[in-house]
Amino acid sequence: MIELRDVHKAFGDNRVLQGVNLSIEKGSSMVIIGGSGTGKSVALKCILGLITPDSGTITLDGEDVTKADRDAFLARFGMLFQGAALFDSLPVWQNVAFRLLRGSLKRPRDEAREIAIEKLRRVGLTPEQADKLPAELSGGMQKRVGLARAIAAEPEIIFFDEPTTGLDPIMAGVINELIREIVVEMGATAMTITHDMSSVRAIADNVAMLHKGVIQWTGPVAQMDASGDAHVEQFINGSAEGPIEAVR
Amino acid sequence: MNLVLSPFAAIGRATLGLLAMLGRVAIFTGETFSHFLRPPFYPRELLIALLQVGWLSLPVVGLTAIFTGGALALQIYSGGARFNAEAVVPQIVAIGMVRELGPVLVGLMIAARVTSSIAAEIATMKVTEQIDALVTLSTNPMKYLVVPRVLAALITVPLLVGVGDIIGILGGYTVAVQNLGFNAATYIQNTVNFLELRDIISSLVKGAAFGGIAALMGCYYGIGSGRGAQGVGRATKGSVQAAAVLILAANFILTSVFFSL
Repeated sequence: MIELRDVHKAFGDNRVLQGVNLSIEKGSSMVIIGGSGTGKSVALKCILGLITPDSGTITLDGEDVTKADRDAFLARFGMLFQGAALFDSLPVWQNVAFRLLRGSLKRPRDEAREIAIEKLRRVGLTPEQADKLPAELSGGMQKRVGLARAIAAEPEIIFFDEPTTGLDPIMAGVINELIREIVVEMGATAMTITHDMSSVRAIADNVAMLHKGVIQWTGPVAQMDASGDAHVEQFINGSAEGPIEAVR
Repeated sequence: MNLVLSPFAAIGRATLGLLAMLGRVAIFTGETFSHFLRPPFYPRELLIALLQVGWLSLPVVGLTAIFTGGALALQIYSGGARFNAEAVVPQIVAIGMVRELGPVLVGLMIAARVTSSIAAEIATMKVTEQIDALVTLSTNPMKYLVVPRVLAALITVPLLVGVGDIIGILGGYTVAVQNLGFNAATYIQNTVNFLELRDIISSLVKGAAFGGIAALMGCYYGIGSGRGAQGVGRATKGSVQAAAVLILAANFILTSVFFSL
């Protein structure tokens, strides 16, 4: 279980997180929604330790993430970045097998390649794509490679940072479906940040809305449409009128 | 009152900013060196960096050195003629190339070629979240990106300077023998007899220092890059400026250490 307690983070005068409280049950899929610039990515990066919060605690299975052994801690995570963040100097299969080619999870090169090709197949890519460079692939394919890389070392927890941004609606649907399938079959804990409502409905068990640095509302996805919260309603309906200012 | 004080405030701000930056660079340098001896190591990355920084820089270093050596011979010949000292061409070309021009010009070419490419590459990786991705894949960017590049520069730039020194002297030799009527054997004899071990050691030490500065500045500015294309542009510009200025400053310091004590 991941738990955030009263997490604050400011960049200069910009107070991005102002006391975030959130818990994510083991094996569940939590989706965080909120407008652009509301601190969704910052919250996620705080959990991973890419950003250090100013105050508050973040625990994973009761252990403070800032005090954990970094390597062992990060080995439990996989992450799909917004722009896929593939290493453009490495061929696709080496991107997927990055973790298996070096460090504590290192294994023989042939074996790592086999696993990479297997994971690529899982996300719908053929072995012919394995030796291409990331720049030779389309945006949708890069996202798939990013997804394959995130699951290559069989992590317990997977983060998805805006998995459908920049994709056409059909490709977005495919990626959403893949995420759902993979999370279910691996039994992983998932945390997704997005502002794409079709993603939310496809991926989420639970939803949390981040607004003005705090969690405005949280609950099961089934209750989202009847949340009774004006912020959530405005967000899911995409209306310009409501408590959330349209100009940010 | 504010109007009177504002220039002083600006000077103060600039000074504080400069000192803060020097501190950050010093910490970054210390951190880099602290990773040199601690595993994991990335030999493949080091090999690629050796190739990029060293081998692929050879053509530009060779061209720079040969033209500089040639021009130096012409200048010394015509300048020396003013007081009947044309004969000193081999000695002055040798000392000028080995002590000063070889290391400084190679250092500046490396700043132009290597620092800029390191800064742009790492800054782009930062902007596209590849650095964050490295961290989430349990890989320390300092070890994976910075250490191989700095180590490669420390190893190869002294060698490049050595090659540059030799090619520069060769440029001077060619011009002197072909155009200025020097005897080939005497030219080489004079060069070899005149150079001291200290000259050569100073040249190679300078090479290592300038190489280290060039790679460190590229990495430092790359990792500290701001967002977007503008961030990458700023990082690249800043890295080359800082590397060039620091190389020239370090050259002055090293020259005074080697030759005025």
